[in-house]
Amino acid sequence: MTTTTMSPVTPRQPWKATKADLIPVFGALIIAAVLDFAVVAVTPMKGKLAYALLFFIFGAGFQMALKWRNLGRRAAIDSLAGSVAITGAVIAFIPVASLLETAIVKGFKGLYLGFFFHDMSVANYQSPLNQGGVIQAIVGTLYLIILATLISLPLSILTALYLTEIRGKASGFIQFLVQAMSGIPSVVAGIFIYSALLLTTSLRGSTIMAALALAILMIPTVTRTAQEVLLLVPQDLREAGLALGATQWKTVATIVVPAARNGLITAVILGIARIAGETAPLLFTLGVSNKINWNPFSGGQSALPYYVWSGLGDGTELGIDRAWSGILVLLMLVLTLFVVARIFGTRKVKIK
Amino acid sequence: MPAPERILPEKRVLTNKPRPSDVAFRTTLNVMSYSSLLILAAIGGFLAFRGFGAFKENGFGFITHAEWSSIVGDNGKEISSFGLGAMITGTLIISTIALFIGVPLSVLTALFLTFYAPERLKRLLVTVVDLMASFPSILYGIWGFIVLAPMATYWAKLVYKYLGWIPFLSVPSPAFDRSPFLAGIVLSIMIIPIVTSVSREIFAQTPLERIQAAYALGATRWGMIRAVALPFGASGVVGGAMLGLGRALGETVAVYSVLNIVFKINWHILYGYGGNIASMIVQKFGEASFTEKKALLAAGFVLFVMTLLVNMVANTVVQRAVKSGK
Repeated sequence: MTTTTMSPVTPRQPWKATKADLIPVFGALIIAAVLDFAVVAVTPMKGKLAYALLFFIFGAGFQMALKWRNLGRRAAIDSLAGSVAITGAVIAFIPVASLLETAIVKGFKGLYLGFFFHDMSVANYQSPLNQGGVIQAIVGTLYLIILATLISLPLSILTALYLTEIRGKASGFIQFLVQAMSGIPSVVAGIFIYSALLLTTSLRGSTIMAALALAILMIPTVTRTAQEVLLLVPQDLREAGLALGATQWKTVATIVVPAARNGLITAVILGIARIAGETAPLLFTLGVSNKINWNPFSGGQSALPYYVWSGLGDGTELGIDRAWSGILVLLMLVLTLFVVARIFGTRKVKIK
Repeated sequence: MPAPERILPEKRVLTNKPRPSDVAFRTTLNVMSYSSLLILAAIGGFLAFRGFGAFKENGFGFITHAEWSSIVGDNGKEISSFGLGAMITGTLIISTIALFIGVPLSVLTALFLTFYAPERLKRLLVTVVDLMASFPSILYGIWGFIVLAPMATYWAKLVYKYLGWIPFLSVPSPAFDRSPFLAGIVLSIMIIPIVTSVSREIFAQTPLERIQAAYALGATRWGMIRAVALPFGASGVVGGAMLGLGRALGETVAVYSVLNIVFKINWHILYGYGGNIASMIVQKFGEASFTEKKALLAAGFVLFVMTLLVNMVANTVVQRAVKSGK
């Protein structure tokens, strides 16, 4: 047998763009930008819209012309499609940047340390920005989160367990209902609680009423995420549990649920993030309070979204400044929840 | 020490009867799983029950008439006429605008994320899309009111200047503030996350061998997208768009913040008033009499049925699309 020696070959990646390929691309973009400014300067077209539109026309046009000259018509169309896709994505992401930027810039103005420790009984929405604060709204929102979680958690986890562990005849139907539930507009959840519990009774809006409305919105999110997570638990674990003589209840309680623990926490956090910023249901069920109300079962309560809503409804410049500060606090809460959910979500199923 | 006596274990009785703990476990799950049915039925039932009076009094006009008034007459009796016509058409108009702007942008974003973006950028942007979905709707509302509204008014004027001859883009008088156009733009931004993530999921399932076959036959990237990805993902995109529609129909706070709600049917989308059932409920609720509150609950019932139907169809479509992809 003869042996052949192979000389090492450096792998080539012919599909990757080389520097030489990129020069005309960026060159075209730069020329487009220059032309863009020139045209806006000499013609009556003005404003950001004109800049953006012309830049797109010139940029995409030049790329197309280049491709057409070098590679033909189909390459030119391909290039145009690429430009359109990138432009579409950029336009879709501009609002996110603008939303975050405005919330931070405008919200920062009204923030001072006391904002987190004072309530609104010492100030109203037209008071100077260094008076009053959101402590009552923070407490209210925490109360709402805790109560809504306590109400919705058993229902959602048990429904998810039904869908993954029992897989009974009704599974498809239940799944369908849970998905239908996730489409309920938040205002409907609010007026439902109002019509069922408040309209004809002597009860008034309170934390528990609002928490009931929010729980309705939370259940589908938690159920669906929990179900996804439980499905990730390997079937082998369940079979092993049953083979060792455990009952199904023991298997689920001591093997399946602990294995999916992190994922289930993610599910709950996502559910909380879903409801923390809901405003509409609160307008019918929460009542009003400008101080901390420690009693969740009677008397009105405040909440961060409600604080923002009132500031916006106040309409004065100071009121709107307060609303921005409130939304910044709310946004920080939601972002924290989001990050925590990500951290737990990266290890959805843990097997010891 | 004497040898220990061997004790024979008692004969085991084999049975396939489930243990009491399992019976209890399974029964609990079986019963609890119907909680979603119970909640949906309770919502529909209560709203219909409370709103029954309004349906009965106004008949079919509750859906078609555009007038909404409740006056206490001289004899202390309340004279009322409730019709949702303007609000239903308004809801449909702004949702249509939202879909018209939001869906193309979402599909382009989904295509960009799936077929154009480098891996790292893609992961980052997918997170951003998820983040966008978790922004509270009041943030969109206040942003739309403060930041977007002046821009949208300017765009509306531009559109009117060049396309004003098209009937629905004309205006009876030059009032462009707080128009359905603005509300539609805000909603279009709000539905981008859901439509994008559903479309992206479908596009990501495009069979690799079909993509490679297209490239092997000499297709450009766009050729591949047109011949393989778009036909494959079309039904998923439709489903995603309908889920977006479901969200747009029921949006309350954001629309309330930017739209001038007036009980008159308005086909001129650039003109400064419109309607939306959800935000109309919020607007009227505070000062409503008992009768009017009941009528508002009836309006809630109409909204509930509308969104429920749209969502049910949308979920079925998405489910089918996902299944066919597997």
